[in-house]
Amino acid sequence: MLLIGCPYCGPRAEIEFRNGGEAHIARLADPASASDEEWTDFLFMRTNPKGVHAERWRHRHGCGRYFNVLRDTVSDKILAIYRTGEPRPDLPAATAEATGEGEHR
Amino acid sequence: MSQPFRTDAGGRIDRSQPIRFSFDGEALSGFRGDTLSSALLANGRHFVGRSFKYHRPRGILSAGSEEPNALVRLDRGQGTPNMRATQLELYEGLAASSQNHWPSLRADFNAIAGVLSPLLTPGFYYKTFMWPAPFWKRIYEPLIRRAAGLGEVPAGPDPDWYLHRYAFCDVLVIGGGPTGLGAALAAADAGARVIVCDEQAEMGGSLLTELAVTIEGQDSAAWIRSALAFLSAHDRVTLLTRTTAFGWFPDNMIALLERATDHLAAPPAHLPRERVWHVRAKEVVIAAGTIERPLVFPNNDRPGIMLAGAVRTYLNRYGVKAGTRAVVATADDSAYGAALDLVAAGVRVLAIADLRPSSGSKWTPAARSAGIEVMPGTTITTTTGRHRVTGVKIANVAAPSAPRSTVACDLVLMSGGFAPSVHLFSQSRGKLRFDAASQAFLPGISSARERSAGGCRGIAGIEACLKDGYEAGAAAAEAAGLKPAAAPRFAVGGSHSTPQVGLADQQVATEDATSGKAFVDFQYDVTAADIRLATREGYRSAEHIKRYTTAGMAPDQGKTSNLNALAIASQALARDIPQVGLTTFRMPFTPVTFGSLAGIARGELFDPVRTTPTHDWAAARAAVFEDVGTWKRALYFPVGGESMEAAVARECRAVRERVGLVDASTLGKIEVVGPDAAEFLNRIYTMRIDNLAPGRCRYGLMLNEAGYVMDDGIVGCLAPDHFHLTTTTGGAAHVLEHLEDYLQTEWPTLGAWLTSITEQWATIAVQGPKARELIAPLVDGIDISPQAMPHMSVQVARVCGVPARLFRVSFTGELGYEINVPADYGQAVWEAVYEAGGRYDITPYGTETMHVLRAEKGYFMVGQETDGTVTPADLGLGWAVAKSKRDFVGKRSLALPDLAATGRKQLVGLLTDNPDDVLEEGAQVVDDPNAPFPMPMIGHVTSSYRSAALKRSIALALIKDGRARMGAKVHVPMPGRTIGATVTEPVFVDSTGSRVHG
Repeated sequence: MLLIGCPYCGPRAEIEFRNGGEAHIARLADPASASDEEWTDFLFMRTNPKGVHAERWRHRHGCGRYFNVLRDTVSDKILAIYRTGEPRPDLPAATAEATGEGEHR
Repeated sequence: MSQPFRTDAGGRIDRSQPIRFSFDGEALSGFRGDTLSSALLANGRHFVGRSFKYHRPRGILSAGSEEPNALVRLDRGQGTPNMRATQLELYEGLAASSQNHWPSLRADFNAIAGVLSPLLTPGFYYKTFMWPAPFWKRIYEPLIRRAAGLGEVPAGPDPDWYLHRYAFCDVLVIGGGPTGLGAALAAADAGARVIVCDEQAEMGGSLLTELAVTIEGQDSAAWIRSALAFLSAHDRVTLLTRTTAFGWFPDNMIALLERATDHLAAPPAHLPRERVWHVRAKEVVIAAGTIERPLVFPNNDRPGIMLAGAVRTYLNRYGVKAGTRAVVATADDSAYGAALDLVAAGVRVLAIADLRPSSGSKWTPAARSAGIEVMPGTTITTTTGRHRVTGVKIANVAAPSAPRSTVACDLVLMSGGFAPSVHLFSQSRGKLRFDAASQAFLPGISSARERSAGGCRGIAGIEACLKDGYEAGAAAAEAAGLKPAAAPRFAVGGSHSTPQVGLADQQVATEDATSGKAFVDFQYDVTAADIRLATREGYRSAEHIKRYTTAGMAPDQGKTSNLNALAIASQALARDIPQVGLTTFRMPFTPVTFGSLAGIARGELFDPVRTTPTHDWAAARAAVFEDVGTWKRALYFPVGGESMEAAVARECRAVRERVGLVDASTLGKIEVVGPDAAEFLNRIYTMRIDNLAPGRCRYGLMLNEAGYVMDDGIVGCLAPDHFHLTTTTGGAAHVLEHLEDYLQTEWPTLGAWLTSITEQWATIAVQGPKARELIAPLVDGIDISPQAMPHMSVQVARVCGVPARLFRVSFTGELGYEINVPADYGQAVWEAVYEAGGRYDITPYGTETMHVLRAEKGYFMVGQETDGTVTPADLGLGWAVAKSKRDFVGKRSLALPDLAATGRKQLVGLLTDNPDDVLEEGAQVVDDPNAPFPMPMIGHVTSSYRSAALKRSIALALIKDGRARMGAKVHVPMPGRTIGATVTEPVFVDSTGSRVHG
């Protein structure tokens, strides 16, 4: 039960939120002029990293706002939280390493 | 003689409170403070069950939650199977029974499994029961299912009730032994909010067994009392006994199971049976202690063969002598302490077989002067006895096949050292490290905000544990932002046992066909030979060996077997223990009831129930309800005992001929306001919204970005910056989230704001040729003539004196209105409309009639005709897609090859050859019913009803190239017969759509 720090409401239990998929995927400015490949890349292709993932969460049973989170998909630790529209923050190298790999999963 | 194995005095039981209980129908007695296992042993009962696979007689092995053998059924209420007798507290009238035998414990037919054991090796079910193929379903599987399992499932629902609690603290201390109490004292001294939990009925842990130790001048019992008095006087400390920490979740959420009433003879009705505590702790101290490791030798599973520490616990804590003639086999010093305590209590201890080569144990002289024969470098090589151990053979470790002596005995104490309990640390995703010196897995790198202390991190001895606990508690309090006090000295005196923490070096005696089975996992009957067999068959990792042999997979999760299995596997593979590896520990630490996890979410409280403003009115008329998501909606209103078919036919006719009334409040409603409201909606829907004039409505079709129909409804324009839109009932939340997603993250500069108003407005739909006549006298302030209020318009007015938004829209194809009033007025306005409708014989109708009427008109329903893969063109809704818009959500995808391809399934109508055949929704449609399997399927039936208007069946279907097949004959294969049908236009009544303008 992750504790997620909503930028508007403070730390709340995971069950109040809904994951909104990968962050920073901007809708193409002019879909009409996009090729099929450019459009389907936007629709379906995702980074799917093993490690730090920039993703959106919505505080569905709370303020209803979307915000962004950097979460390590291996350790499940939240490394950074920032608002919609803000750029993805750089993590200090130490933090990124310390999340480490889980053994014996 | 009652309780022949009870000591004359001593123990923490209350001898002034005798308790009567029964086991397998036999009346016995014990004392308050006993567990079922201690009381059984006091009465000389060791044989309490039959093992899982071989049905071997089994006895009580331990004194704690790690117990693998003594699983009994508590005969209370429905009966609860598989309860560990070591954790059942005795109460007056307790009745329990042994399990897994037929017809009786002593004469169990399935003991024949022992004879068949060469056929029942690990993975035998992967190699057998395959031939002949039909036998599996009819013979093998039913037999195996009957033989499988341990206890019997209760026949009825759980009659007890359970609660969840949510708690927060600075420091959670898991374990109330010396380490945990030390940690709690430190955290309390620092002013922290502390929760301490222990799975046992009283705090104290190993201190409850140490009679000869003193702490700060007090004996152990007195010290525990004063520590607990101090802690319970503290208003920021919560002490929870009978509470197991069973699961660790991210961000220090730890689940505790508190057993509130199982120890009471008559549980009061106002108490739940159990509570699950969801504890969010800033910091945690894990003081979970250790679990003693059995020795592995042939026939090590007979009743009367027990863990040495458990025998000592039964003696010192419960005043029970587990036998009269004992033999000890040990690789650890602590068993000597148990042996000496037994001698002092009058039990003969005949020999100590010490697996360690030299006679270097400091306890040897004391043991010898107590008359015990100490034999270093020896082990037990086999045992005799059927329902109770009767003797052992002892041999040199170096020459196991040449026994030195045979000793008659009725009690065997075995100890392979004490393994640190790292279960919760592992659950917290901490990394274990293997300590070569102690040959133990210890907590390594932490992943969560916790620290282990005491036995579970390899510390041994009471003084060391108290100190380690206090330091850990202080560190936890400090990490939680508090200021810890200076550590006191815990002056520990007297003598006590210092168990060796870690895996003692032990030689496993050879097991072969003649010497008998050497058990590793008692609960699943896995032997040392089974582990070796797995390695011979090529399994090299602990995870594979575990699953192939099932060692460690029983409800006890290998508490007394994991490390032995690992040691045998690593020996057989000639690899180091850390290389083979330990398997993953998973929650729950010990089994938890389903009831406790469900809490109050059962029966009527399983799901929230949403009701509409007219629910009570419909219920009073005996309407039959259906669930639409979490909503209750009236399905139909039966009159005079009529069937559903008759009710629906009557309701349909009433709407088409006169007027009907349906509650449409559940449909989603969203208020959209702002200077960019129209522009925003224009980007969302397929049709143009920017040119929708105030007072007008438009059908709104909503696609997802992949181009598929997601939802539909009505868009009503109240003002250029003010819209009221509707969605499907099931799609309301999803649509709002979809809209918020775009507004917040894609087009944040648009001035548009959304409010969910689904529950704020009641929606009363009046449908039928008499609809306008009916409502005209009820509507105030506006002109509702056909010119002033044409089909697809909306006005603000008062209806029955109540402020309303009046929509002229129709889902039936008849002249119709939807009266929206504030929900609190919903029932009153409904009743007023119903009463005014009396002269037109107004008929309330339900969702089934609503579905039939719209199907007659060919109006599709999201989730019925669509499934996330259907485009507007598939539904014949090309007209709803605005060609002039360069972009809207989903538009670009409509041009993708797959969505624009020919040969897609298209919406059509089906009329069956036999008008009384009502097709089944979901049935597949084929061209040629005689084609060989697999038949090519050209589509499926999406909606199917009996039409009252046509007096025959109608259906809608999605069929490949449907629009090019008008008039074609198709077939619907069903079990037993094939139904013929003709493809038609998807509209059956009023195909010109003129009635809606009436």
